[in-house]
Amino acid sequence: MPPTPNYGKGLRGLSLATVVTLSVAFALVFFYAPLDADQGFVQKIFYLHVPLAIVALCGFVLGGVFAIGHLRTGERIWDMRSYVAIHMSLIFAVGALITGSIWAKASWGHWWVWNEPTLVSFLIVFLLFATYQPLRFSIDDPERQGRYASVFAIVAAAFVPLNFIAVRLAQGFVHPRVLTLGGGNLPGPMRLTFLISLAGIALLFATLWKYEMTAKHTRMQLRALRRRVLGEDTVRPLGRSAAPS
Amino acid sequence: MAEAPAIELRGLARHFGERTALRDVSVLVPAGATLAVLGRNGAGKSTLLRILATLLRPHHGEVSVLGESLPKRAFAVRGRLGLLAHEPLLYRDLSGRENLRYHARLYRLDPARVEQLLEAVRMDSRADDPVRLLSRGMVQRLAICRAVLHDPEVLLLDEPRANLDPAATDLVEPLIGRAAGRTRVLTSHDPQAALAEADIALGLRDGRPAFLSPAAEVTPEQVRELYS
Amino acid sequence: MRTAVAVLRKDLLVELRTFETVPAMALFALTTFVIFHFGLGRATLSGQLAAGVLTVSVLFSGMLGINRLFVTEREQGGFDAFLLAPVDRTSLLLAKAAALFTFLVVLELIAVPAFGLLLLGPSLGPALPGLALVLLLADLGIAVIGTLVSAIAVHTRARDLIGPVVGLPLLIPALIAMARGTAAPLAANGAASVPLKWLEVLALYDVVFALLAYAVFDFLLED
Repeated sequence: MPPTPNYGKGLRGLSLATVVTLSVAFALVFFYAPLDADQGFVQKIFYLHVPLAIVALCGFVLGGVFAIGHLRTGERIWDMRSYVAIHMSLIFAVGALITGSIWAKASWGHWWVWNEPTLVSFLIVFLLFATYQPLRFSIDDPERQGRYASVFAIVAAAFVPLNFIAVRLAQGFVHPRVLTLGGGNLPGPMRLTFLISLAGIALLFATLWKYEMTAKHTRMQLRALRRRVLGEDTVRPLGRSAAPS
Repeated sequence: MAEAPAIELRGLARHFGERTALRDVSVLVPAGATLAVLGRNGAGKSTLLRILATLLRPHHGEVSVLGESLPKRAFAVRGRLGLLAHEPLLYRDLSGRENLRYHARLYRLDPARVEQLLEAVRMDSRADDPVRLLSRGMVQRLAICRAVLHDPEVLLLDEPRANLDPAATDLVEPLIGRAAGRTRVLTSHDPQAALAEADIALGLRDGRPAFLSPAAEVTPEQVRELYS
Repeated sequence: MRTAVAVLRKDLLVELRTFETVPAMALFALTTFVIFHFGLGRATLSGQLAAGVLTVSVLFSGMLGINRLFVTEREQGGFDAFLLAPVDRTSLLLAKAAALFTFLVVLELIAVPAFGLLLLGPSLGPALPGLALVLLLADLGIAVIGTLVSAIAVHTRARDLIGPVVGLPLLIPALIAMARGTAAPLAANGAASVPLKWLEVLALYDVVFALLAYAVFDFLLED
């Protein structure tokens, strides 16, 4: 096994930064950001929903970028990075869909709206990436599993922008947009709150990603040690798994 | 100066997940010689053949076939070796002739070579029947034609005489027998027969070499132990 | 290129010998039309509704072809035989995509007239040029993605599930463009020309995924 970086390193600092940023973000959301004139208090879910969606999307694409690293180098660590990024993004995406649904219900009266292209595109991207785990689980040989998962991740990452274009064009009319994704036309205090929330969620993603990487890595090293010390035959072989090992 | 070895393995290992299929396999096969690989089912014989055929990549150790190191230079040896695998690698719904013509196209060969081989194994009369209608022995003869179609320098033979009756065995002898003068790696369900036509014998047990010696020096005890 | 032609020839020959895939695809499409007739409770369709029904029917029939594309290679040793030969491995992608494209076109040569006969309200003739253009562009995209997905799925345990489940969402942009693009030629009040933007989306989809498939296909063959 090649010498591997110490994943635990920097984890404490990162966790602290996340807690602080998220606390500040929530304080700003509740006490600083002004109430939206039309939507009132429920609009504040925007500070959770949009950052979750942005971070999940970036995480999916990041998974594709890591997958390129895997195919280029053939090293399993890149596969694991890609896996953890996509896995985390799926969780964040579920959060984004739920918060989006609540927001839609509160402000438009429906749990789901088809005329918001960003939301529809997001659902499609989520549906695509949700097949990542079943695909992995269906391939027994771990090497093949990693390679095929990487091919999938790269194709799926390229799919993200194409899908946005197609869904966008399919909308006969564009819903009057209260807020754009980048927060470009937000009033100052809202904009600041949004950016800090975004930073907090991004940090949360990074921390969780690092935690899972560290956990997986530790388990792998422990297993390798056990196999070496106790002998290969006494350690039970790994069962079927969707996760890289 | 002695000719370069046709096949050279040093410390070869291959895993499937955590399962070790091959480990510490080191063999040297001179050009024109025959290596018999012996062992029980699942000992790693087929894995070894597939690695030599460039179908599986080795995980550790050095593998060199015809002076080209695998897997890096795999493209340079493809087309110079012929694999007769467990499965015939023929399309069941196409005829023998169509199958062989397809392979001749892949290897950019003259279709006349197909006719020549069909005649050599006496399959010319049934060559237009779909493979699925043929007996196992006939399919095996076609598979042998497929493996030697491009006149390969190295032959990798997994149980080459399975399903063949004595007459058919004599027919294919000039193609895959020692007389063909090719470097051969073969496995067989019949260790005595395999040893009789081999120069070197490699015994595999659970993916590890149990013995490696000139074929003539392998004792019946060694063989019995290998299969026990 | 010569290799791709050899593989394609072999695939078409197998299909001619067995008549397994294309007839099944065509029958499936026809049955889908019948189901849509009852499901929608309409005797004739036009415009967007007709376009949607046609798109879904072609998609589902296409899925049958996608599922079967590599099955012979996997079950009858075609992969090994191909990989042993001293040929460019990408030609397998090219040949299989061409085979799937051919199957789709043959399917549509049967399904589209049948659709005109059974369900379509406006007459098919004036719609044909626009329809053909969109269908050909969409077939190209379906062929590329279908080949890629099929090559992935054929090595999985649940290949009948993995193929459609991964393939469907990946095809959505092409299907959106196909469904919206064919609506204009099938319009109730006379065939209109296909909006350029849908042709552009389809062309972009085809080019992006063709290049991507070309780049990653080799990794699906290694072992």
